[in-house]
Parts: sequence; structure tokens; C-alpha cells
Amino acid sequence: MPTVLIIAEQQPDGSLRKATLNAIGAGKQLAEKAGGELHIALVGKDPAKVADELKGTGAKAVHVGAAPELEHYLAETYAPALAALVQELKADYVGMASTAQGKDLMPRLAARLRAAMATDVMAFNGGGADITFTRPMWAGNVFAEVKLTTPVKVFTLRATEFTAAAGGGSAEVKTFTPKVEASKTKFVDFKEVKSARPELTEARVVVSGGRGTKGDFKEIEALADDLGAAVGASRAVCDAGWVPNDLQVGQTGKVVAPALYIAAGISGAIQHLAGMKSSKTIVAINKDPEAPIFQVADYGIVADLFKVLPELRAELGKLK
Amino acid sequence: MKILVTAKRVEDPESKIKVKPDGSGIVQEGLKYKINPFDEIGVEEGLRLVAKHQGEVVVVSIGGKEVQEQLRHALAMGAHRAVWVNHTGPLDQLAIAGLLQKVVEKEKPDLVILGKQSIDDDQNQVGQYLAEFLGWGQATFASKVESAESEQEKNKVPALVVSADGKSVRVIREVDNGLATVECQLPAVVTTDLRLNQPRYASLPGIMKAKSKPIEELTPAKLAVDVTPAIQVLKMSAPPARKAGIKVADVPALVEKLHNEAKVV
Ligand SMILES: Cc1cc2nc3c(=O)[nH]c(=O)nc-3n(C[C@@H](O)[C@H](O)[C@H](O)COP(=O)(O)OP(=O)(O)OC[C@H]3O[C@@H](n4cnc5c(N)ncnc54)[C@H](O)[C@@H]3O)c2cc1C
Ligand SMILES: Cc1cc2nc3c(=O)[nH]c(=O)nc-3n(C[C@H](O)[C@H](O)[C@H](O)COP(=O)(O)OP(=O)(O)OC[C@H]3O[C@@H](n4cnc5c(N)ncnc54)[C@H](O)[C@@H]3O)c2cc1C
Repeated sequence: MPTVLIIAEQQPDGSLRKATLNAIGAGKQLAEKAGGELHIALVGKDPAKVADELKGTGAKAVHVGAAPELEHYLAETYAPALAALVQELKADYVGMASTAQGKDLMPRLAARLRAAMATDVMAFNGGGADITFTRPMWAGNVFAEVKLTTPVKVFTLRATEFTAAAGGGSAEVKTFTPKVEASKTKFVDFKEVKSARPELTEARVVVSGGRGTKGDFKEIEALADDLGAAVGASRAVCDAGWVPNDLQVGQTGKVVAPALYIAAGISGAIQHLAGMKSSKTIVAINKDPEAPIFQVADYGIVADLFKVLPELRAELGKLK
Repeated sequence: MKILVTAKRVEDPESKIKVKPDGSGIVQEGLKYKINPFDEIGVEEGLRLVAKHQGEVVVVSIGGKEVQEQLRHALAMGAHRAVWVNHTGPLDQLAIAGLLQKVVEKEKPDLVILGKQSIDDDQNQVGQYLAEFLGWGQATFASKVESAESEQEKNKVPALVVSADGKSVRVIREVDNGLATVECQLPAVVTTDLRLNQPRYASLPGIMKAKSKPIEELTPAKLAVDVTPAIQVLKMSAPPARKAGIKVADVPALVEKLHNEAKVV
């Protein structure tokens, strides 16, 4: 019976990275299609707490490997630890959410397993032994159906395309001793960009600003706070150093799919659209009626964002 | 110090990409090609490091005859030599990394710089595969927030700093929720993120000089790498179109729609 292994991710503070639940949701789907079994793997210095959270997500087993050498995430130490587990479980499919860590780790793990890999998988097709993956190319201009022909198949998952796994079953938690290898790379430090707002990829509402803001994000932030929303940005704005890189939405930034995406002063270049086109409702605020963003927006308003945003806040206030 | 930088040929990011009706690929007519933007950043970073530490920048590209254009572009920017692995037809990440591994074993660089992802296939894999194949350390998504608009940003600590003894490199990496710093023993593999630097333009003398710089030709056979793809692209299709939206006259109309129609506020 095919085995699907999903790798869980811990935040630097030790908590579970939410996108893991979407990856597990995807793993469940794949296991059903392949007629197989879902397992979860988790390694780190002290992953036991998080393992508990994963028990009720519908997997057969949660495999937990702890070692002091795995305190700080490094592809170089995590890949051998996980590769040994993949081999022991004889896993056929190995997946993880397409987070920065997923994108750093999975190709290294795949290389160790001499496996082919697909990045940012959005859907599984087919069934049984004949499973193919749908993934985006050319900034989401093309959806490709790809088949991996190596015995082990590795992939990262676009979290926004899969629903989060929730309550179901009570998986067995199994501990294993991770294989530890010396690393030529040392962790030095991690500087977190702290924000009181929700995480961009998890927020129900995202308010994004582009070059049209000229770097003045006060109105964007105020609206975001009124709506309990996350703040996003186009690359132009991050490149200018106006907001942290971390807020970039797009092909080479973060992929979001909130219930509501408000784009203010963003032209709608294909690279930006690649990161937000799956949002449920899109609102565009732009001075230029020809801006490409209007082609994907459900509701567009042709006007100056500095006039629209305060009005919008006032009008939304009336709803309460 | 010797730095090997990859230079993949990709469609100009400004191009309009259309899928062929039969789903076998994209329409090639009228497309312009460029060096992958992330790789151009890699060339720039290599040139800056070599300016500081002496040595040479060697660029490598894998593909048909046409990839020599991208190699010439990198040479015009200032790279010293080029290696062209001549191969037409699909190559997957395993093959690309396998070929690069052989080039690295031949050239023995202190550092290999690749783009974090290519803007056509968007895979984000080759650098990591290569690091594992070589058994080297890896630092992906090197980034420093270099802003074109402010001097202050430009003068921040560079993202790639080679130690005084030349034995290691410190790299600032762009990850979710912040910046991580790692230190890799050399030789190592680094992949570039967009904000690492602003690549220079190739100067006219640079372009003239590039014409006489050497391009060494290799092939998968010469490098003894089996390049049979393990990834099959079965079919390409256009993503489902979003249904056309509407323009509203004013803010109250917008809020009415958001509240009563979309029910999101
Ligand atoms: C129309 C089309 C059909 C395809 N069909 C197939 C197929 O049938 N089978 C298949 O396996 N693959 C196929 N591919 C994909 C294959 O050609 C990819 O280019 C290859 O898998 C490398 O992946 P990537 O460029 O996305 O790597 P990434 O991991 O996204 O690239 C990261 C970095 O690796 C370096 N790099 C990557 N490629 C090169 C290169 N050629 N030369 C120098 N440096 C490079 C660059 O520095 C790049 O920035 C197809 C691609 C296209 C466009
Ligand atoms: C390799 C590569 C990767 C990239 N990756 C990304 C990515 O991940 N994410 C991303 O976003 N971009 C990415 N880009 C950049 C992308 O191509 C665009 O350049 C960028 O998205 C433009 O940002 P913008 O819309 O804010 O700016 P602009 O294109 O300059 O648009 C500004 C808009 O604001 C409007 N405006 C101006 N003033 C006002 C006002 N007062 N009120 C209302 N509207 C106003 C203008 O009409 C205009 O439409 C990438 C590019 C490349 C080459």
C-alpha cells in the first residue's frame, strides 16, 4: 500500500506552522487517490508538544524525531534525518508546504533520495499508481500536469489550494532516533519581523499597497487594522525599502488566497497576480482605468487611493 | 577566489505567455529571451566578490546553441570565462544538477551562485539538489534589501560576506517572517533572491570585450551524465479565467457590494 509522508514544520518559537495543516489536508487527498496511508513526520530539538497537536488530523501515525543538533532548522541536518525515515517507512510520496523552509529543504531531501520533485503542487490527478500533479509555471500563466517517474516522489504544496486538516482520528505517535550528520553550515541568527497583524498567508482579509502609495502605508495599515487584516505589498514597494520584504505577494513572494484581497495603487503585473489571483473576492483601487488589475478584480474603483481609503474606512465603520 | 555562476535562458518576464492549443507547450513566436533575472543578480554578486577578493567569475549555461547569448551577456557584464553545456531537449532538475555537479568538479570553484528559481518553470530546486550532490553547505534566498531609491539601504552590510581567512561565507537569507543568517564553510552553494543587489548594465566596452572571451563547449556525453528526464510534462493549459468584474462608481457602492453581494465585510 502506498505511503504518503507529510513533513510538519515548527516556527522558530516552537509552535506549529499553520500551513502544515493544509499540507496534511493535501496529503489526505493524495492518500485517498493513491489508495494509500497518510503519515506525518516531525523533527527538531523538542517537537513533542507539536506532535500532540498533529494527532487529531487524520493520519495513521505521527513520527517524531528529537535531537539537540536539530535545534535550528538547516537543510543540511534535516534532510539526512528525514531521508532515513523516508527509507525506513518506504514512503512513496513525500510532501511539505511551500513555505521558505519547504522550498529550502525538500529539494535537498529529494536529491538525497535521488527523487524527482514538483514545486508548488496545486492538485493531484488520476488514481492508484498513476498519479500526476498540477503545478504553475511562468508566474501562473500556465498550469502544467507533470508526472514524476522516480520511485519516491517529492513535492511542495501550495497551502492556499488545500483545506486545512482538522479533527479526525487519533494517530499513533511514534518516536524515532533521527540520523544526525555533521553540517558545514552553521546557524548564526534569525531576525524576526514582528507584527501584531495576522500572518499574510493565513489572513481572511489582505490589504495590499503598491507603488501608488509612494511609500505612505498609513491608510493601508489603518484599513487593515479596522478589518483585522494582514498587510501585503507589491515587489516595487518592497524593493524601494518602504516595507519589509516579507510582505511581498507574488510569483517570487508569498501566495495568498484570502476571502477578500484589496489592492490599492497596484498595477497588476502578472508577477503580482500570480500571488493573489486565487483570492475569493478582489477589490482594486487604481487611478488608471486601464490598469491590468481591473481584469481580475471583482470590484474596481477608478480613483485616488488617498481619497478612497479614508472614505472606505468611514463607510465600513457605519456597518458596525 | 573562483566563483561559478549559472545563467539560464528564459523568456523575458514582460512577455505574454500563451499555451499552444494542443497543450504541448507555449507559443514561441514573438518571444524575447533573457538571462534569468535571479541569475543576473548572481553574476553581479560574483563580480562584486571578485572585485573584493580577486579571482575570476565563470558562467555556465545548459541548453542549445542559443544559450550562448546569455553567456555573452554575463561576459559583457564582466564575467571572465564561460562554459556552455550543449544539449537540446528537456532537462529536469536532476539532470541539470547532475551536469552542474560535473562542471563544478572540473572547475573546483570556491563558491557556486545560482538563482533561487527560474521564472519559466518556477521550480526553485536546482541549487539545493546541487549542494546535496556535492555534499556542500547551502544558503538559499540570499537577500539584502538593496534599494535603488536610497543610499542608506545601498550601504547596508552586504548579504554575502567572505571571512578574512577565505574559509567561509556569511549569508543573510530571506525567509518567512524575517531574515536568517547562516555561515557556510567554503566551498558552498548560494542561491539569490531578488533584492540581493541591482545588476549593472553591460557597458559598450564590456560588450566589445565579451566577443573575444572564451566559451568552452561541453556536452552531457563528455560529462558522462545520463539526462533522461524523470519528470514528464504531460500537458500545459491556461489557468481558468476569473469572471469579469465590475467597476463601481463610488465607495458607498463598493461597500454595498462587499456587504450584500460578496458578503465579505
Ligand atoms: C516547454 C518546456 C517543456 C519541458 N519539458 C520537460 C520535460 O519533458 N521533462 C523535464 O524533465 N523537464 C521539462 N522542462 C523543464 C526543464 O527544462 C527545466 O528547465 C529544468 O527542470 C530545470 O528546472 P528549473 O529551471 O525550473 O530550475 P530552478 O530550480 O527553478 O532553477 C534555479 C536555478 O538553477 C539554474 N539553472 C536551471 N536551469 C539551468 C540551465 N539550463 N542552465 C544553467 N543554469 C540553470 C539557474 O541558476 C536557475 O536560476 C520543460 C520546460 C519547458 C519550458
Ligand atoms: C523576476 C521578477 C519577479 C517578480 N516578482 C514579483 C512578485 O513576486 N510580486 C510583485 O508584486 N511583483 C513582482 N515583480 C514585479 C512586477 O513585474 C511589477 O513591477 C510590480 O508588481 C509593480 O508593482 P506596483 O504595481 O506596485 O507598481 P506599478 O506597476 O508602478 O504600479 C503602480 C500603480 O499605482 C497606480 N497609482 C499611482 N498613484 C495612485 C494613487 N494615488 N491612487 C491610486 N492608484 C495610483 C498607478 O496607476 C499604477 O497602476 C517581479 C518582476 C520580475 C522581473
